[in-house]
Amino acid sequence: MQKMIKKYFALFALPTLLAFIVAFVVPFVLGVYLSFTEFTTVTDAKWVGLSNYVKAFQDKDFLNALWFTAKFTVVSVISINVLAFLLALLLTKKVLGTNVFRTMFFMPNLIGGIVLGYIWQLIINGVLYKFDVTLTSSASYGFWGLVILMNWQLIGYMMVIYIAGIQNVPKEQLEAAKIDGASNGVILRKIIFPLVMPSVTICLFLTISNSFKLFDQNLALTAGAPSKQTAMLALDIFNTFYSKAGFEGVGQAKAVMFFIMVALIVVIQLSITRRREIES
Amino acid sequence: MKKLNKSLSVLLMVSLLFIAACSNNNEKASNGGDNSSKGGKESIYFLNFKPEIAEVYKQIAKDYEAETGVEVKVVTAAAGSYETTLKSEIAKSEAPTIFQINGPIGYNAWKDYTLDLKDTKLYSYLSDQSLAVTEGEGVYGIPYVVEGYGIIYNNAIMEKYFALPNRATTVNSMEEVTNFDTLKAVVEDMQANASELGIKGVFASTSLAAGEQWRWQTHLANLPLFYEFNDMGKDNTVVAGLEANEIQFTYGNNFKNIFDLYINNSTVKPTLLGSKSVSDSMAEFALGQAAMVQNGNWAWNQIAEVGGNVVNEEDIKFLPIYTGVEGEEKQGLAIGTENYLAINSKVSEAKQQASIEFLEWLFSSEKGKAYVTNELGFIPPFNTFNENEKPADPLAAQVMEWMNKDTIAVAWTFAAFPSEDFKNEFGDALLEYAQGSKTWEEVSATVVESWKNEKAK
Repeated sequence: MQKMIKKYFALFALPTLLAFIVAFVVPFVLGVYLSFTEFTTVTDAKWVGLSNYVKAFQDKDFLNALWFTAKFTVVSVISINVLAFLLALLLTKKVLGTNVFRTMFFMPNLIGGIVLGYIWQLIINGVLYKFDVTLTSSASYGFWGLVILMNWQLIGYMMVIYIAGIQNVPKEQLEAAKIDGASNGVILRKIIFPLVMPSVTICLFLTISNSFKLFDQNLALTAGAPSKQTAMLALDIFNTFYSKAGFEGVGQAKAVMFFIMVALIVVIQLSITRRREIES
Repeated sequence: MKKLNKSLSVLLMVSLLFIAACSNNNEKASNGGDNSSKGGKESIYFLNFKPEIAEVYKQIAKDYEAETGVEVKVVTAAAGSYETTLKSEIAKSEAPTIFQINGPIGYNAWKDYTLDLKDTKLYSYLSDQSLAVTEGEGVYGIPYVVEGYGIIYNNAIMEKYFALPNRATTVNSMEEVTNFDTLKAVVEDMQANASELGIKGVFASTSLAAGEQWRWQTHLANLPLFYEFNDMGKDNTVVAGLEANEIQFTYGNNFKNIFDLYINNSTVKPTLLGSKSVSDSMAEFALGQAAMVQNGNWAWNQIAEVGGNVVNEEDIKFLPIYTGVEGEEKQGLAIGTENYLAINSKVSEAKQQASIEFLEWLFSSEKGKAYVTNELGFIPPFNTFNENEKPADPLAAQVMEWMNKDTIAVAWTFAAFPSEDFKNEFGDALLEYAQGSKTWEEVSATVVESWKNEKAK
C-alpha cells in the first residue's frame, strides 16, 4: 500500500500542483519580477533594477500608511480577540437562546467588505452630522471608524472559533477543579486558557493577517480621506499602481515588501503561540 | 525512488510546457489577426468614458452591428476609474480597440498604445485640426466633443430674488452680473433671504467626497492657472503650462474668493462637505433647493433625470465663473475638451481599421450624426455636422450661445496639470480647508509644492 502511494504520488498530486502553479506560483513570480521593472501594462516591462524599491521608501505616503496600518492592527487585534473571547465565554454558559445569539453575532461576517464599509459610512456620518462633522474631518474619526467596523465584522467569526475551543475543554477537569475548590478565575486562567491556546493561535493569525491586508473596508469607508491620512498599506499600493502614471513598478515593489512583512509577522506570531499550546 | 523522481520531473516538465503553450496561444490571439468573430468580420471594443451616456452607446453598437455586421463591444468605466479600467483591460488579449485619453498628459502615459491617425478621414473631419493631440508629425488623439462649464443657475429663483422688495442690492437682472463683486453681493443677499426664496442655500453643496472633487481640483483650479499661464505671454496656455516646472499660484486668492463664496453660501455647512457627491449637488439643484451649481453642459442628463425635478428647461442658464480678476467682465465660459479618442496600436491592423470605420460612421453618416446630436448631446468639433445638427438641450445651447458672444473663452488649461496626484492633493487640501483643519496659506503651499514634485517625477 505504502509502495502504491509512493508510486502514484506524483499522479495524484498533479492536478492540485497544476492549479497551485497556475493560480499562485506563476503570478507570484511574475509579480516579483515586475517589481524590478518599469511597465504600463503587465505584458511589456523594462528592467530597472532596484530603483522601484528606492522610490517606494522615499514615498512618505507609504511610510505613513505603514504606521497607520500598524496602529490599526494592534488596536483591532486586541479588541477583537478580547471581545470575541468574552462573548464565547458568555455563550458557552447555559443561557437561554445561545444558538440565536451565536448566529446573530456571526452574521456580519457574511456581508462583503465594500457593502459593510458603505453601511458604516452612512451610520457613522449620520451620527457625526449632529455635531457638524463627517468621517473625513479628522484622521482619528476614520481610524476609530475602521476599528469599529472591523470589530463588528470579525468578532462573530472569532467567537465561533473560541466557542469550539472552549467546548473541547474536558468536563472532568473542570469538575475536578471545582471539587478541589478552585475559583472561577483560577479555572479560567489555569485550565480553560491553556486548553484553548490552539484557538488563540488561529484567531490571532486570522485577525493579524486580515487587519494588515484590509482593503475593501478602507476604500469604502474613508478612501484615505483626509489627505491620505487614513490610507492603509493595501490602499496605498492600489493608489500607487493605478493613479500615478509610471509608478506601476513602484506599486509592485511596495506589494512585494508588503507580502514579506505580513509573512514575517505571521510566522513569528505562529511560532510564539504554537509554543504555548499544550495537549489536553 | 529514482524512478519516481524521474516520472515526477517529467510530469512537471509537461505541465510547464502546457502552461507555456497556453500563454503562447494568448499572445497569438492578441497579435495576429483573430478571426473568431462571426462572418470573418472584425469585432471592435470601445472603452467608454462617460457613464451618463452608456446606454446610448449600447444602442448605437446594436444599430451598427445590424447595419454592417461588425460587432461593437461597449464597456463603460465607472466615473473616476477610467485609468484603472483601461490599464487592466488593455493588458488582456481582447484589448479595447478604441479608448480615450485626456490630452497631452494622458497621451504621455499611453503613447506606446496610440496609433497615428494622421491619414484617417476622421482627422480630416476636424473643423480645427489644431485641437488634436499631436507629437511631431503624428496625430494620436482626436477630440470628439466640445464642452463648456461655468456656474449653472436657475433663472426662476433669480427672478424671484430680483422681485424681492427688501433686497439689499440694486442689481435687476443676471445681465448685470459681470464680475465677482456683483456676484458676491447678490449671492450673499440671496443667502440671507434663503427662506423667502424657498431655497436651502444659493450654491448646491461643494462635493468633496473622495472621487467627487473634480469640479474643484480640476475645473475651478483651471481658472487661476489659466490666468497665470496667460500672463507668460505664450500663445497657448496649455503649452505654457506643460513647460512650467513650477507655478506661483499667483491667482490663488481669486480661487479662494469664489471657493469661499461656494462653501459659505451653500445648502450645507462647510464641515459636512466631505460626504457630498456630485450627484447630491445636481439633485439639490434639480429639486430647487439651490439656485446655482458649478458644472458643465454634460450635466444636463443628471438634472433632467432627477425624480421630482422642478427646474424648467428655459430657466437653466450659464454664468461664467467670476473670481475677481481684473477685466473679467469680458470673460466667458470655460470651453474646451478633455475627451480625445485614440486607437490601440497593439491590436491587429484589421481591428484598427474596423475601429476607425466605426468612428467615421458615427461622426459622418446620417444615422450616426443623429445619435451624436440628439442622444449623446455632443457639440461635435467636426465639419461633417451642419448648422442645424447641433444638440438641443438647454445647457449645450447655452454653451453655443456663449461661444458666439463677444467674450473671451477660458481655455481648458487643466490639460497641462502634471498628474492625477496633483489634482487629488489639491482636492484633499480643499477638503481640509473647508473643514477648518488647514489655512488657505497651507492650501496654497500644497498646490505649489505638489506641482513641483509631480513635474519632477
